[in-house]
Amino acid sequence: MTTTTTTPIEKPRQIVRSGRRFISGDIACAEGAIAAGCRFFAGYPITPATEIAEHMARRLPQIDGVYIQMEDEIASMAAIIGASYAGVKSMTATSGPGFSLMMENIGLALMTETPCVIVNVMRGGPSTGQPTMPGQQDVMQARWGSHGDYEIIALAPSSVQEMFDLTIDAFNLAESYRVPVFVLADEIVGHMWERVTIPNAESIKIVNRKKPTAPPSNSFAPFKPDEDLVPPMAVFGEGYHFHATGLTHDERGYPRTESAEVQTQLVQRLCNKIRKNKQKIVRFENAMLEDAEVAVVAYGIAARAALSAVRKARAEDIKAGLLRPLTIWPFPDEQVAELARRVKALVVPEMNCGQIVREVERAAKETPVIFLPKLGEEPHKPEEILDVIRGIHR
Amino acid sequence: MEESGHPYEKFLRKDRIPHIWCEGCGNGIILNCFARALDELNMDLNKVVVVSGIGCIGRVSGYTNTDSFHTTHGRPIAFATGVKLANPELKVVVISGDGDLFAIGGNHFIHAARRNLDIQVVCANNFIYGMTGGQYGPTTPLDTWTTTTPYGNIEQAFNLVHLAAACGSVYVARWTTLQTRWLTESIKKALQKEGFSFIEVVSQCPEIFGRYNKMETAIKMMQWFKEASVVEHFSDPAKAEITPHRIVTGEFVDIEKPSYGRLLKEMKTRIAEKK
Repeated sequence: MTTTTTTPIEKPRQIVRSGRRFISGDIACAEGAIAAGCRFFAGYPITPATEIAEHMARRLPQIDGVYIQMEDEIASMAAIIGASYAGVKSMTATSGPGFSLMMENIGLALMTETPCVIVNVMRGGPSTGQPTMPGQQDVMQARWGSHGDYEIIALAPSSVQEMFDLTIDAFNLAESYRVPVFVLADEIVGHMWERVTIPNAESIKIVNRKKPTAPPSNSFAPFKPDEDLVPPMAVFGEGYHFHATGLTHDERGYPRTESAEVQTQLVQRLCNKIRKNKQKIVRFENAMLEDAEVAVVAYGIAARAALSAVRKARAEDIKAGLLRPLTIWPFPDEQVAELARRVKALVVPEMNCGQIVREVERAAKETPVIFLPKLGEEPHKPEEILDVIRGIHR
Repeated sequence: MEESGHPYEKFLRKDRIPHIWCEGCGNGIILNCFARALDELNMDLNKVVVVSGIGCIGRVSGYTNTDSFHTTHGRPIAFATGVKLANPELKVVVISGDGDLFAIGGNHFIHAARRNLDIQVVCANNFIYGMTGGQYGPTTPLDTWTTTTPYGNIEQAFNLVHLAAACGSVYVARWTTLQTRWLTESIKKALQKEGFSFIEVVSQCPEIFGRYNKMETAIKMMQWFKEASVVEHFSDPAKAEITPHRIVTGEFVDIEKPSYGRLLKEMKTRIAEKK
């Protein structure tokens, strides 16, 4: 083995394995979760996310955490909600078929405002599809997959470093907004090995959920929001004797299945706590956009080839640039709209048949949007994207 | 102290009463026995979590004055798994129905029992999906009538105590809602046991199951329980199918086996000592 996996040489109970490491995206994700404070993982084996589970199975018991392999992804998702309500930061990791099974309880996590992280290392679908091949085919499922109206947060890492960094970010966002947060990776990012810098524990920003300040009482309202629309979170065993349900509920947590008013208030708040905090949530990266005439909008693995294409275009004196959403949800549509007003056209390469391109088109209005689909084993080649940039330039 | 309340009212969320259950329903009896068990054991209510799924009895978590969670349909055991493992100090009790636990949630039941997860499961078996108006379920007896068996039920019913025993439960009992003292004692026993315990409560649904099957009052349904039930402790659970003429009740399993939580703790200790 030429690679240096972290486990044999480390102090096992060391929580954050600071330093420069050569690891895979899946392992970086697991280490990021641990650094963020995750101490509970429930999952079910699935390619290409299994390595996250394997790494968690080895690491968590060393640091007083829990790894449990559940009977399916439905149970995995239910278990991480339970662990979060018991006060422990929790996570699961899966791929498309498992993600579909999790949708039911992702809805429960949304409705009961449960901080938790769901990693989807995307592969080719539909159905069993191509387990060992990359895909970006689940980005709309991430947005709309569970029934009912809601807003969600989804992050898209492009590198092994971002598998570490964005997993920490995912936990921080989950804890800040009491919402399940997705890390939407893909098979390439998950299985790729790259050099990663893991910071010292003290320099990693960690966010923990707000706790109720009032002592337990008969009038405790576990779903009464603060000004930011997020309720402080009591957990089991603290004496609050609170109730939570997937039914439409009032601020006491009690079912109010007959009230249009309660339904309106609750569902609008669940949406608004993300919408009204969007400026704080949306993350994106610009490259060479200041004077760009052609812009590529790409995320995840597709953004790697896109950046290369933009650099090659610049070498040919074509004013190209890249907008890379790190949050796919909420989508940085204001940034895309602003960009669309000053470029000739937008190019969207995606490893699917056209999903985020619809969001780009919606934001771009009259500006032409050129879509570059890709399915199967190979990600986009920089030349494919470059050809389109050249075409727009002419 | 408030005066002259019901002796068990501290176990209930009074602002949630009246409950939604029909007149004559067995769920209130089950809740009463549960409250009595908590009281007699003098349990610390701050450390009890009641988890339920969907269905009539699923509403029980909203009525108990403890921390409580009402999950999606079929998932209370999977949710409870996360709660118990994340905070082993909590006493996690799942109270749910036959459809919730054994149709949509059957997979979670068998695996939690196999793992010997340290939780207590109480199943209200009323033979029917009551909340949706009376469709047949996994425990509906052969040749009975429901809204989706208009020509009579041709499916075999689950024998829940046999299933629970086969999956590795350390404690298995079945009682009818008529046997409240035994039921209370069983709940107390289960609450004190390490590992996965299961109590089936054969419960009356006069409003729906009874109405479709010529037992349209609680009295008539309980008359059936009274006439058909026999107490046979530690009899073979394989032979304990519920029939119109025979409901075998009693304790079926009471064994010792290390729980998942204990083995996990021991494993962590071994890992810590090795380094």
